[in-house]
Amino acid sequence: MNWQDLETNFRAALARAYVRVVGANRELSWILFDIFLPIISVAAYVYIYRSLNARQELIGYVILGGAMVAFWYNVLWSMASQFYWEKETGNLELFLVAPISRMSILAGMAIGGIYTTMIRAGAAFIVGSWIFAVPFHVSSWWLLILIFILTMTSLYGLGMMGSSLYFLYGREAWHTSSLFQEPVTLLSGFYFPVKSLGFYVSAFASLIPITLGLDGMRQIMYGTSFFSFLPLSAEMIILAVLSVFFIMLARRALNVMERLGRREGRLTLRWQ
Amino acid sequence: MYIQIKNLSDVTAAISTEKLGRIFKIPREIIALQEVDLEIPQGELFGLLGPNGAGKTTLIKILCTLFLPTSGKAWIKGMDVTREENQIRRIINMVSGGETSGYGILTVRETLWLFAQLYGVSNRIAFQRADEIMKIVGLEDFAGVKVHKLSSGMRQKLNFARGFMNDPEIIFLDEPTLGLDVNASRDLRRFIKEWVKREGKTVLLTTHYMMEADELCDRVAIINRGKILSCDYPANLKKMIKHESIFELELRSSRNEWEEMKNLEGVKKFSFSHDEEKGILSFRFLLANDFPLDKIFLIASRNGSHIVSVRKSEPNLEDVFVELVGRGLSD
Repeated sequence: MNWQDLETNFRAALARAYVRVVGANRELSWILFDIFLPIISVAAYVYIYRSLNARQELIGYVILGGAMVAFWYNVLWSMASQFYWEKETGNLELFLVAPISRMSILAGMAIGGIYTTMIRAGAAFIVGSWIFAVPFHVSSWWLLILIFILTMTSLYGLGMMGSSLYFLYGREAWHTSSLFQEPVTLLSGFYFPVKSLGFYVSAFASLIPITLGLDGMRQIMYGTSFFSFLPLSAEMIILAVLSVFFIMLARRALNVMERLGRREGRLTLRWQ
Repeated sequence: MYIQIKNLSDVTAAISTEKLGRIFKIPREIIALQEVDLEIPQGELFGLLGPNGAGKTTLIKILCTLFLPTSGKAWIKGMDVTREENQIRRIINMVSGGETSGYGILTVRETLWLFAQLYGVSNRIAFQRADEIMKIVGLEDFAGVKVHKLSSGMRQKLNFARGFMNDPEIIFLDEPTLGLDVNASRDLRRFIKEWVKREGKTVLLTTHYMMEADELCDRVAIINRGKILSCDYPANLKKMIKHESIFELELRSSRNEWEEMKNLEGVKKFSFSHDEEKGILSFRFLLANDFPLDKIFLIASRNGSHIVSVRKSEPNLEDVFVELVGRGLSD
């Protein structure tokens, strides 16, 4: 890939990210749907923990988990499954005819998705912490930023891998996304410390990047405790490995599935 | 006549195919293209005419690197569509009629900028080009309007404009005027013609509108069931049936069965369309001579029909199409 190709791919990624960012600014209904509505589901867990006289940090875990779940939904529905809609509207065809890597379009979706979701998740976290009066103390902003970046890279890499399915499939792949939604929400421990699932299940759940990312962020914001799963350094190393692994696998999967889609004639087939 | 020019050191054709074939196996085996040989030189406006399911879109999708052929070869400026797709994608673009691409939340100008970015066009040139092309297609007053607020005709104009944002060397236009009104279609046709003439670019156009192909195309290929039946200059194609008579007859009638007209001796081909609103049936006959006319009028009056008009006309591409395919595009 020469400089001109790099510039083209960079422009494509920014252009696709622009759609996300502009979309969020022009449809302000997200303030209601993405900040206040998630707090309602978080509130249910907060009141359960409070009725059990649980430690304050557990309530903090729920608020952070409730905010971070937005990233999982964003990856699942606005990243992995986005190609379904792009296919249906005819955009996918135009992306494929253009001289760009499919990764740049997905990277654009990821950048735009992370940006908009970060504002929503951040707002939901701050509002939730204020309403339920849960204090947090960030031991290191650098570590927090680093673990967040690693989590996002590997999580959105996983999403990119999922999107490759749409080069060959339509509704079937959509159903696969639905199938993953709740099990991953459970296994990642959004509303409880993942350690409570036991070592082996937690270790298996660690293949989902947000599991360790969330656990690490909780350690940085609420302190390492009995509820922490692995040491922070180990979690960061695993997340770094997962980032490289998922991005490389996504690149490979996109190439293979595109070739298959071209061969089968299903690359741009709608209503399937 | 197919001339093999595959070596880059030779004069390279803009588009060429050699025994190109495509079979779809989903849901059952369908032969979409069979042994298609084409040679389209640079700067030609080439038309592809055929009924629905003839293989026009499949051919375009192979040439645009969206499908792989199951047999044969295809090249864009000497580059193999199966192996050199990245180089090909830099110099082509495509527009499909009835396309719903883009994002409703963006404005018309932003949409054109977005698609230019996929080709690495700088912001300054992208916006400049967007402004120019919006003026050409009559969208300049809608530059700041969000796409979801556009009418379907306006959206089609936007899709058309999008195809030119990377200033492609070769553009594939798959029924580009579908859904456009008469004036808008005429404007787009004028633009396409001037673009090819001024820039020396190549266009592969598919259309259902014979008049459009006749007016625009340097050469036309007629395709049916995946096979190219004939490929030549429109004038030469029309000469194929010059010695025969063409009659157009309009009847006011409630009857819909006209098989006996088709089977009359001397009627070589026949097509008809029904304007239900006006209750008028329009027939087009290709006659070996004038003798069957008496019988045609007799059948019409026997069925209680009223003759609205009778006209003898020159052959057009529709007649060539009927001659080759055995039926009209609207049948």
